[in-house]
Order: sequence, then structure tokens, then C-alpha cells
Amino acid sequence: MAASAATPLEEYRSLRGALPGQGLAWLRDLRDGALQRFSERGYPTPRDEAWKYTNIAPLLKQSFVPALSLERSREVAPADIAARLFAGAGMPLAVFVDGRFDAALSDLSGLPRGIEVRSLREMLERDGAALETLLTSQAPREPHGFIELNTAFMSDGAYVRIGSEAVAERPLHLLFVSSGAEQPLASYLRNLISVGQGGRAAVIEHYVSLGDAPSLCNVATHCVIERGAALDHYKLNEEGAGAHHFAGLYVEQARDSRYVSHNVAAGGRMIRNDLRCVLAGEGAECDLNGLYLAGGRQHIDNQTSVEHRVPHCTSREWYKGVLDGRARGVFSGHVVVRQDAQKTDAQQMNNNLLLSDEAEIDTRPQLEIYADDVKCSHGSTVGQLNPDILFYLRARGIDEARARRLLVTAFAQDVVARMTAAPVRAWAEHLIMARLAR
Amino acid sequence: MAETSRNLEHLIDREYTAGFVTDVEQEIFPPGLSEDIVRRISAKKEEPAFMLEWRLEAYRHWLTMREPRWAHVNYSPVDYQSISYFSQPKQDKDRPKSLDEVDPKLLETYEKLGIPLREQEMLAGVAVDAVFDSVSIATTYREKLAELGIIFCSFSEAVREHPELVRKYLGTVVPPGDNFFASLNSAVFSDGSFVYVPPGVRCPMELSTYFRINAANTGQFERTLIIADEGAYVSYLEGCTAPMRDENQLHAAVVELVALDNAQIKYSTVQNWYPGDENGRGGIYNFVTKRGLCRGVNSHISWTQVETGSAITWKYPSVVLQGDNSVGEFYSVALTNNYQQADTGTKMIHVGRNTRSTIISKGISAGHGQNAYRGLVKVLAGAEGARNYTECDSLLFGDRCGAHTFPYIEVKNRTAQVEHEATTSRISDDQLFYCMQRGLSREDAISMIVNGFCKQVFKKLPMEFAVEAQKLLDISLEGAVG
Repeated sequence: MAASAATPLEEYRSLRGALPGQGLAWLRDLRDGALQRFSERGYPTPRDEAWKYTNIAPLLKQSFVPALSLERSREVAPADIAARLFAGAGMPLAVFVDGRFDAALSDLSGLPRGIEVRSLREMLERDGAALETLLTSQAPREPHGFIELNTAFMSDGAYVRIGSEAVAERPLHLLFVSSGAEQPLASYLRNLISVGQGGRAAVIEHYVSLGDAPSLCNVATHCVIERGAALDHYKLNEEGAGAHHFAGLYVEQARDSRYVSHNVAAGGRMIRNDLRCVLAGEGAECDLNGLYLAGGRQHIDNQTSVEHRVPHCTSREWYKGVLDGRARGVFSGHVVVRQDAQKTDAQQMNNNLLLSDEAEIDTRPQLEIYADDVKCSHGSTVGQLNPDILFYLRARGIDEARARRLLVTAFAQDVVARMTAAPVRAWAEHLIMARLAR
Repeated sequence: MAETSRNLEHLIDREYTAGFVTDVEQEIFPPGLSEDIVRRISAKKEEPAFMLEWRLEAYRHWLTMREPRWAHVNYSPVDYQSISYFSQPKQDKDRPKSLDEVDPKLLETYEKLGIPLREQEMLAGVAVDAVFDSVSIATTYREKLAELGIIFCSFSEAVREHPELVRKYLGTVVPPGDNFFASLNSAVFSDGSFVYVPPGVRCPMELSTYFRINAANTGQFERTLIIADEGAYVSYLEGCTAPMRDENQLHAAVVELVALDNAQIKYSTVQNWYPGDENGRGGIYNFVTKRGLCRGVNSHISWTQVETGSAITWKYPSVVLQGDNSVGEFYSVALTNNYQQADTGTKMIHVGRNTRSTIISKGISAGHGQNAYRGLVKVLAGAEGARNYTECDSLLFGDRCGAHTFPYIEVKNRTAQVEHEATTSRISDDQLFYCMQRGLSREDAISMIVNGFCKQVFKKLPMEFAVEAQKLLDISLEGAVG
């Protein structure tokens, strides 16, 4: 990536032949089409409504080399990986270094029957035709430059398939590592997660960096949840201070399915998440939990969108943010209830805590409703720690720093408490304490 | 709710009662907009040179702008060259000194609307500056107000008689380059109201102007400027109706309010312009810029609006809370029926310290109506201790209407407390059952619930207006809700 929009085109020209699955005509067309659209529209600017509060102009001044142009990725020591695992959980593990699957660091030996975790590159090269529907069916609500680039350059990622009635007892851990190479790298990941009828699983998308070197991660995850299936999806970001993360998450739910998202954004210089959930079958349910912790000069932007396409669906959304230093938080929660999607129950809440004078929050909950027999609400608050409660605690001998920690932890607690995977919950609690101690 | 939808059909069948055309000879400019037209408007109104310069500057700026498209509304494009930018009743040359001298046909118009000037005069302290199309034709209670030093006159009169005040405040709240429609208005505005309340004076009566669009194809470009000097208080009422007609009419008004130290301005609107017929043909395009500036400390501006008319309503009465401890309020009931579309809301910009704002917005959608609340609460870095409370509720009648909420909240100060909540629902069967079980008919029950839904806003309206507002809501929804 560089200052001019022409560079991705040049990169694409030189890398096009090396991209996986180029033997497939539909995939070639998909990539070419995406790049074509990118070359017409370029990167999003604050003039685009969805990017009003996130200006990427400074980022475009830096240059990143596509990681897939390198011969091989940088060696990562197994000890570095071990340090990032959830203590004592023994989860099946797939490791991606700079956007490339690393079989040596992964451990997929203990996968239960009916559950498949593979590298997308491998799939595209061997069995690409089977992915056509998954890769072409879903589109973002407001496509933008990053999504198009992702489609053009996607080269690897996790392919997760939970077969019909298959149940994964332990969460599947997908670990995405930025190796901190000297040359700033851009990685383009595409994850495909599908849960067959009646299947049940928890998948953890976990983004980390080794060090604080600049990096760019452009990822798109597609989840397809079939009838009566359930997916717990964790997206955890604790990348280093130089990381830029642009993620799209597209979920499509069939009848009576259940999707629970836990989105923790705490790392990186800039994080942008576009989460879109389509309730396409009656009785489908989705819960979106989010927690963003930002300090220093971090910028965290969460854009969520829930579309109630059919009657009798339920959506719940809780996003909480804690902003310190000169951080900026952005939240947009869009709920649309399509015509005739009666008996919809949609609720959304966004709470923000500003801890410093220079932190900023821009929040934008939105309801768009075209049916009448619905129950929809949203709420949004911005505030600070209640001085009375602080006083109460201090009057009981708790020093101010500790009292503040207690209150912030309590503020974030309900989002954390909804995580069902105990190891991740412990990780999140630890993360909050560590952030507050800084 | 089968009954409700049946009742809705009643409503859809209902004719717009205020729809008629008064046949008064009018002087109209040929359609089209050019620098020459702007000059002619200014010359016609015998304006001082500074006004002409101001208009021309706005016009030139307007030429560089593009019509905004971001609102949640659909309409066929406006051809700005097919609108006539000036019309006035011929009789203007010798303005009537009293109501007796007013063209009886005009008086008849008001009478048909149920707001006869004669009765207005007798009504409890309401002075009326009636705007028939573009020129004020009658003003009452002027002497009484003049005794207190209050200036309440048409805008053109203010330009001629109080140019220093106009020059000092015009465009300070809504600059000529503010937005597409405000620029257009600044270039071609024909008339409007001007109010100045001197320091320490409490205006003893509600000031009121009835706007009326009459001649075919004349966009109305009203300009209202209200100034409450230090410690002053004024309550201003605005209400409108328009005759039935097929072509869409553009209305791009600008309202500016300025409140100095310890001053208070209450601005209330009941808007009942022609909303188009049951197929969505015709109706007024209401693209208005309304903004208040709380310039002084402890100043207070409140907007109250009841919107039941117009094919398309697109307006955001806003308050810039500049003075420390200033207060901004916005109370709104917006109703859309048939194919009406409304994109309305408010902006509260917190600049000063300890500024407070309250937003209560009630949207009612029926038929194919689309009703959107769009609002901004912005707390700037220096707005220590700012406080905002926002509540947006929507009520839906029928499965083909829409209710939308697009609030924007931007906070740059940690001492700010900002709360926003919004709900959308239809009248619940439980509520209906509760009322009906106590012997109310279904219609009465629905009417009562709707009135309760809007109560918070209605109680902010001045007495005379509250009655009219409820009547309007009844007319607009009575068929639907009993």
C-alpha cells in the first residue's frame, strides 16, 4: 500500500499469477472484478458515511509489502506461539504467520469427527470448485476499498467446516501472528466458517503481533450457519502498537440458528471491524457482544449491522468501550427490519466510558424499520466514572487507582461474563487488568 | 389490528380540508433564477445596497453547491429554473392600515382555514403577522408591542427600518453558505418575520405568524430572524397550511434565533402543509434550515414542533450552545401518512461549559409513510460538564410504513454525560386490552394512547397551539385511531 491508489494495481499485476486458485475461472473473475471496483473507487475517505470518523489518509502514507510476495514467511519460534495460547485449554490450533498457514506450528491432531480445519490456500489449490458459493454469495452492505482488495489478494486463511450434527467440545483456536518482519507487511486473509445443520462449535479468531513493528492485516471472515446450528465466534485482537487491522465479518443465519459474537478489540494502532449479520431464516437469533479498550493514540472503529430479513428473529447487541489517553472510539450499530419481518425483537446498547480529557467517542446507533409488529430499541451512553461511587470506595480505604480499576472492570464485566469459554473469559479479565495497570 | 388498518383507509380517503386556491390577482416573476432575478427581488423590495450584495454573494456561492442527497427520502428532482422566485398580491402598493382594508378574499382564505384574523385579534393576546405568499399583508398589536420596544414586523420592513439590527444579526446563525437550501434562501428570500426583544423585556404575548403558500409554482423562501437581547423572553408560534395542488412546491425557509445573556426564546411550529394525495402525488417539499444560537450565558432556546403535513419534510431545528450554562431543547411530534416522508431531528452543539440539552422526538408512521429521526449531539473539548438526554420513540400503524432512527453522538470531553435511547413499536395488544376492558371503545383507546405518546411534546406548546396541534393530529389520524 502506498500514497497513490495505483500501487495496488501494480502489485496485483505482478502477483496475479501467483495467487492461489488462479486456475479457476470464476475466482479469477471475482478477483479481477474486485480490483476493477477498487481502481474505480479507491480507498474510503471521511466523505464516505461509513468512514466519517475513521481517516486512513495517514496510513496510506506508509508503504506495506504484500506478504505473499515474499518467498517464505519469517520463522517464528514455537515458544512465541506457546505464550499466546489459552492456559491449559488444549484447543485444536491453527497458526497463520503473516497471512500464511504454518503447519509446523499448528496442532490439528485432536479434531473431533465431522470437523474440518484446513488452510484456504490448500483448499483453493486442490478443491477450489467447492468454495465457489461460499466465496461469491455474501457481499458487504457497503463495499469499500479494503474489502475489494481483500477479495483481489486473498491468499490464505482458515477453512472451518462443522459437519451436520457435529459438535466441537473445545473451541477451535485460529491464531494469526504478525511476525514483526523488518519490512512492513500486508497480509490478506479470508476465513470461511460453515456450520452444518444442527452443528455446534466455538471458533476463536485471535490476532497477535510479535513486537510493535508496523503491519497491516486485511481480513474477511464469512460464516454460514445452517438450520438449527449454533456458532460461538470470538474475535480477539491484541496486536502490537504498529498494527493496522481491517476486518470484515459476514454472517448468514438459517432457520433456528444461533450466532454469538464476542468481539474484543484492545490492540493495534488502528482497528476497524465491519460486522454484518443477516437473519435469513425464521427463529434465528444473534447476540453481538463487543468490548473495546483503547489508550494512547489508538483508534478503534466497530461498525455492526444486523438485518432482520424474515419474521420471528431476535437480535441482541451489547457494545462497551473504555477510552483513555488520546484514543478515539467509533461505534455504529445499524439494525434494519425488512418489510414483513414481523415479530422482530431487536435490542442494542452501547455504553462508553471516557477516562481522559483527550479521548473521544463517536457513536451512532441506527434503526431502520419497515415492519410494524416489532419491538426495537437502542440506547447509547457516554459518561465517566461516577464520582460518588469513587468516593464511597475511597471512604472505605480503597485507594483511588484501585477504586478506578474496580469500577472499570465492573463496567466491562457484563460483556466478559457472557463469554462461555472459560479460558477466553480468564484471558479477557487478565487483559482488562493489564490495560488498567498501565 | 385489522380494525386499525380499516380505519387507516378512512384516513387515506380523507381529503385535505385546507385545500383550495384563492383567486387573487398576483404579480409573479417569470420562472427561473439568475443574478438578474436576485437583483430584481432586491429592487422590488427597495432594499439597501448591503442586502443586495449579501444576496448576490449567497447566489454565487449557491451556484457552486450540489443538492444534498443523504437524507432518507426519495423525490423527483427539483427544477430550480422552473420556479418563480417572487410573487406578491397586487394590492401591496397601498398596504392596509387595518383589517378592514384587507382584500376580503384574503380574509376569506383565513376564514376557510379556521384562523380568521378578526378572531385572532380578540384571542388572548395573540398578535398575527400573516404572510400570504411572500408579502406580509396584515400585522396586529403592533402598537402594543412597540410600547415595550419590541420590534415585530415583516422582514422587508425590518430591512428598511432597522437595517442596523438586520445587518448585525442576519446570517450569524445560518451563514449564507451553510447548505444548499440555506444558500438558495439567502439569495432569493422574499419575506418573513423579524422580532427583536430589547434587554430585560418579557414579551407579554405569544407572537404568531401564519405562513401560507398560494400561487402555483412559487417556491416560498421565508426568512425569519428572532433576537432576544439580554434577559429578554419571547415565545414565537409558526403555523402553516397550503391549498391542494398537484405540482410539488418547494419551501426552503431559514429561521435564525439569537439569544444573548440570560435570554430565552421559545419557538413553536405546527406544520400542516399539503402532504400530497393518497397516491403520493403533489404535496409540499419542506426543506428548512432552522438554527438557534445561545450566544450568551444562561441563555435558553427551545424548539417545539408538530409536523403533520408536507410530502417531504427535511429539517433539523438545532441549537448551538455557546454561552456557559445555556440550555437547548427540542420537542417534536412528526406524523407521516400515505406516501409522506419525513427526515427530521435536531443538532445540539455543546460549546460552552455546563451546557444542557434535551431531545424528545416522537414519530408516528402510518400507511406508506417513512419517518426518520436524524440527530447530532456534539460535545466539544471545551464543553466541561455538558449534559444531554435524548429520547426518540416511534409508533407504527400498518405494515407498509417505516420508522428510522439515525442519531450521531460525538463526545470529546470526558465530563460529558450523554444518554440516548430509542424505541420502536406499535400499540401493544396489552395496552389496548387494558383500556378496552375498562369500557373504552377501541378507537378511544387508540386515540388516548396516541395522545399519551405525544403528551410530553404537547405540554411544551403554548395553550392556543396545543389545542390546534391536538386537533391536527386528530384530523390526520382520527380516521385511523378513532
